[in-house]
Amino acid sequence: MDSIKLLELKKTAVNVRKWALTAVYKAQSGHPGGSLSLADIITYLYFAEMNIDPKNPTDPMRDRFVLSKGHCSPAYYAALGLRGYFDVKGIETFRQIDSIFQGHPDMKGVPGVDMSTGSLGMGISAACGMALAGRGKYRVYTVLGDGECQEGSVWEAAMLAAHYKLDNLVAMIDFNGLQIGGNITDVMNPTPFDKKFEAFGWHAIVIDGHDFEQIEAALNEARTVKGQPTVIICKTAKGKGVSYMENNYKWHGNAPKPEQYEQAMNELNAWEVSLNG
Amino acid sequence: MAEKIATRESYGNGLVELGAKYPEIVVLDADLAESTKTVYFKKAYPDRFFDCGIAEQNMVAVAAGLATCGKIPFCSSFAMFASGRAFDQVRNAVAYPKLNVKICATHAGITVGEDGATHQCLEDMGIMRTIPNMVVLNPGDDVEAKAALRAAAEHKGPVYMRFGRAPVPVLFDAATFKFEIGKGQILAEGSDVTIVATGILLEAALAAKELLANEGISAEVIDICTIKPIDRDLLLASAAKTGAVVTAEEHNIIGGLGSAVAEVLCEGLPVPMRRVGVEDQFGRSGKVPALLEFYGLTAENIVRKAKEAVTMKK
Repeated sequence: MDSIKLLELKKTAVNVRKWALTAVYKAQSGHPGGSLSLADIITYLYFAEMNIDPKNPTDPMRDRFVLSKGHCSPAYYAALGLRGYFDVKGIETFRQIDSIFQGHPDMKGVPGVDMSTGSLGMGISAACGMALAGRGKYRVYTVLGDGECQEGSVWEAAMLAAHYKLDNLVAMIDFNGLQIGGNITDVMNPTPFDKKFEAFGWHAIVIDGHDFEQIEAALNEARTVKGQPTVIICKTAKGKGVSYMENNYKWHGNAPKPEQYEQAMNELNAWEVSLNG
Repeated sequence: MAEKIATRESYGNGLVELGAKYPEIVVLDADLAESTKTVYFKKAYPDRFFDCGIAEQNMVAVAAGLATCGKIPFCSSFAMFASGRAFDQVRNAVAYPKLNVKICATHAGITVGEDGATHQCLEDMGIMRTIPNMVVLNPGDDVEAKAALRAAAEHKGPVYMRFGRAPVPVLFDAATFKFEIGKGQILAEGSDVTIVATGILLEAALAAKELLANEGISAEVIDICTIKPIDRDLLLASAAKTGAVVTAEEHNIIGGLGSAVAEVLCEGLPVPMRRVGVEDQFGRSGKVPALLEFYGLTAENIVRKAKEAVTMKK
């Protein structure tokens, strides 16, 4: 990856984080931890990977994306807004009574959202349906939570995707290791992801989900895989970029208070400044 | 004796006809194609048929994904699993985004027969009726089933359709039968009591009318195939005429046709009312005629309830 592209992606991802946190802060409600762990993945997908056009969000030949972990909508909305699907400032109305920005993504309301999600375990199934419809025409991406993989229907979908050889499907797992109740391995251990998906017939790749060059390499590798779907297990840190949120499951579904928000924005601004070197 | 055809057969055959007209139609099943009769579509259009294995939750959300890409998915399983196992997916992945998915459930009600309670869904119309955006259709014979299926294909949005396992008499004439979602129809005029029937109880309702006539009671018989949105105007007009109503369905009396009609009448024109259906019980194994008798899904029970409703008018 050339250094200009890498710098732009890094800056965009910091902005995704800032807008995601702002949305949660304004709403005083939402899921900041997983939004921050998702930020780099969603940024790469929307700014470097997918064949999409924000001016034509319903183009039948576009690539599709499904946020199976729908509660991380703040990062999703931020990425869509920054990509030009709508004015990103709109997400300051997140979770308000008159907002299109529902707590969980609503495809009927938000331009660019390809599938409504929120109830865990079914986004990957919908992505399988899109991939079946799009074989030979477009690619389909979905991001799952690691805790989400405790849902049995995820593995029903895993079976189907391999059975129908959906090589236009890429599932990415935001493996931040934490869920609302604590460590995923303490609550109900869903690991190892790579061996499980391989056993289900998928091509599995394990990467650092905050390293754009690794994300790019994995997605490029996925394009070369024929006859089977690819899962990219992205090791991430919940709350990535905000010191007091990092790797703390208490920030799964809590909004920051004013002084906490201020500190978070200061840290993210400092990160952005440091990128400019 | 009228010809008998199970409505699941009507579904299977109707799907093949629709497949030719609508290239966007795809069919999904959960390892029950031989039973749900989607196997006919599978044979006719193998590239448009997807077996999802015994995984109904995944099947329904896969159908939702296909619908976002312009396909018209019909997905089938037994009513128990389509409405029960996959409820969350039906509600959140199909109905909430108002996707063009048709949930076509066979083996509804106690006429599943020998398989017994675990496979005899008596709650599906109630479950599906509570979901916004959902249309609920419960056809009663081969002609109505095929007509309702065509209407479902033309309707843009989610539909839950209910078909039966057991052969039932063909009541309608395909040449003259008209079907519109949301419209019921008067099968026989009457003045003393209205029998509102759905699905396989139509035959018993018509028989009950004859039995009541022998006792000097004039019964109007209404066929309600569309459980939701229910034909409010037709029900209120008939209730105004007869002043008493009996419902008849192969479903729990809680949640289905009886509840839907009671809601309309209580708010619009309260009249004496009785419900014939399975009275808040689970099913059990048995032969179909024995089960219908055991649970009171008979012309005789409709007559009994009709007389109670008529008596209450006085």
